[in-house]
Amino acid sequence: MPLFDLLSDYTFQNVVMGASLLGLISGPLGCFAVLRRQSLLGDAISHAALPGICLSFIITGSRDIGGIIVGSLATGSLAALTMLMLTRMSRLKTDAGLGICLSIFFAVGIVLLTYIQNTHNASQGGLEAFLFGQAAATLRSDLWVMGGITLITLLLLAVFWKQAKLVTFDAEYARTLGMPTTAIEATLTTMVALAVVVGLQMVGVILMAAMIVAPAAAARQWSRHLGGMLVIAAAIGIVSGVSGATVSTLSRGLATGPLIVLTATTIVLISLALAPGRGLLWGLAQHYQRKRALRRQQLLYAFYKHPSATPRYYNTLGVRLILYRLRRQGYLTQQSNHETGSQRITRWKLTARGYEEAKKVVATFEATPS
Amino acid sequence: MMAALLSSTDLQIMLVGAMVGIASSAVGTFLVLRGNSMLSDAISHSIVFGIVIVWLLTKQQSGTVQLVGAALTGLLTVLLTEALASTKRVKQDAAIGLVFPALFSIGVLLLNIYAHDVHIDTHTVLLGEIGFVWLDTVNLFGLPIPQALVSMSVMTVLNYGFIFLFYKELKLATFDPALAKTFGFMPSVLFYVLLMLTSSTAVAAFDAVGAVLFIAFAIVPASAAYLMTDRLWMMFVIGALVSIGSSVCGYYLAVHLNVSIGGMMAVMTGIFLMLAFLAGPRYGVITQQIKRRRARQTPMEPPSLS
Repeated sequence: MPLFDLLSDYTFQNVVMGASLLGLISGPLGCFAVLRRQSLLGDAISHAALPGICLSFIITGSRDIGGIIVGSLATGSLAALTMLMLTRMSRLKTDAGLGICLSIFFAVGIVLLTYIQNTHNASQGGLEAFLFGQAAATLRSDLWVMGGITLITLLLLAVFWKQAKLVTFDAEYARTLGMPTTAIEATLTTMVALAVVVGLQMVGVILMAAMIVAPAAAARQWSRHLGGMLVIAAAIGIVSGVSGATVSTLSRGLATGPLIVLTATTIVLISLALAPGRGLLWGLAQHYQRKRALRRQQLLYAFYKHPSATPRYYNTLGVRLILYRLRRQGYLTQQSNHETGSQRITRWKLTARGYEEAKKVVATFEATPS
Repeated sequence: MMAALLSSTDLQIMLVGAMVGIASSAVGTFLVLRGNSMLSDAISHSIVFGIVIVWLLTKQQSGTVQLVGAALTGLLTVLLTEALASTKRVKQDAAIGLVFPALFSIGVLLLNIYAHDVHIDTHTVLLGEIGFVWLDTVNLFGLPIPQALVSMSVMTVLNYGFIFLFYKELKLATFDPALAKTFGFMPSVLFYVLLMLTSSTAVAAFDAVGAVLFIAFAIVPASAAYLMTDRLWMMFVIGALVSIGSSVCGYYLAVHLNVSIGGMMAVMTGIFLMLAFLAGPRYGVITQQIKRRRARQTPMEPPSLS
């Protein structure tokens, strides 16, 4: 399909806009979830949206997006509350609470889903699409609703910015200041549920967890500031949403949700490897740089202290590279010795410059208390 | 007698449900106690990847290869999670949330691509079809026994065999890993074996209950047991009883309401958990209320003078 045709394709436009909206809302809210170590809460909330979707279908009898949003928001929040109740009032830990809520709410959803399938024969088509998302079925009217939710959520976040920030990083201090920390935490959790609602149509309940975690985890590598992290997370969310949706449209038959998730995961891996300051590759490079510097100093030290000795490790590759580098820099000279028969022995000697340099190294070595 | 029992599909389905619960709550108990319950979530999602890969390589839908392949996938999930967390760039929970959706997505995409010749579609992946287990039987001792029942029984024996053999090591490794390490019990190796068993159980249970409901069978009976008792062996007993109870109740309710049997069984485990949460003998919310009220009403006895 030529690019222009693709861009003017009505369905494709809808899908791209929906994916962008999803990235825009799930990125920033995911940041709070990840920073508050509640990454998996998104998973539980999104699985718990399923019974809400089914309930709204049973009550309204249609796939109306308003009802679905209210329903999934209600059961999602109920799951989060149940999780809190289980962990606060019994000795179950958070992980067990999450696992219980996730699986039981999902099971209720499955039961309701089969109930609908067995009783309402018509018009239930596509309810199962919410498991994996069905981006192509996005309507313009759905987009308005999704856009409205995104806008309201982001505005709310802007209004409570200071409070949300403090609760995220130092809840104890926020409490001593007299802030209603529980209310703010509940608001942040509800907003995660809102992000889940927006993502239902696009990626489905199963993979929504990744859309909460992945953009935020990637953004964390690039920024040390909450504001910057939020903006980057939103950008990453949008990029992965749009590219996943595009690939899915171009290759007919590949599900949108998994593609979006895989794009986001790839961005996380790239960020982990390359982000300035925190990137794993930079760390590795630094490690080898330090190792080389140390070996260079050791060599200079050895030549200074024992000028006539020929250490065995001359022949290892790493040492050889450093020797050649030192020669290039003019610290060492190489003398070939033909006297001992056919065997050619090369001897390395410090030049005058090298002698000066080695003197400094020896001085620092000996100044350091061992 | 046995033949008569096994010819009833009701009983077969309930037996499979109970066996799924018994086998998975055995490993689930340790996950709950160690605070790693969400690993069951990660494992059960990512074995979809393993199942598809093994299918593509060997064209086998079930059997030993599938079980081993899935065990390795489960292990891969945990290793990837730990590798991610050990970079210190992401926290443990975020690492779980990154690894399993990625593997699950790859699995789903592969299913998309090869959908035309795989019978495992995304629908069965998630829900399973416990109602049809009696269709797929193998002959054992001259009796037609459902394949799922055989594989679940094997997993139950394996799980409980492992737990029985290494009971004291597992116990110590769960409650005091540091001490277990100084004794040379290798708690991390034990834990990895446990996770491999968890993934194998998930695969065996896969056809019957699917990926997500497996979490309910693994975590919920074990959590209910944790709310009821302080003894490890008692947790297994209660976990098994809860599984049997939910399997029987869930089956009849599901048939009565004409809904998903696996889903209803999982919902029943939730109901049992709620009961344990409210009315457990020592830690139940209502029990504690009653105890507190009784303590308030009985007058404080003066310390007896000897």
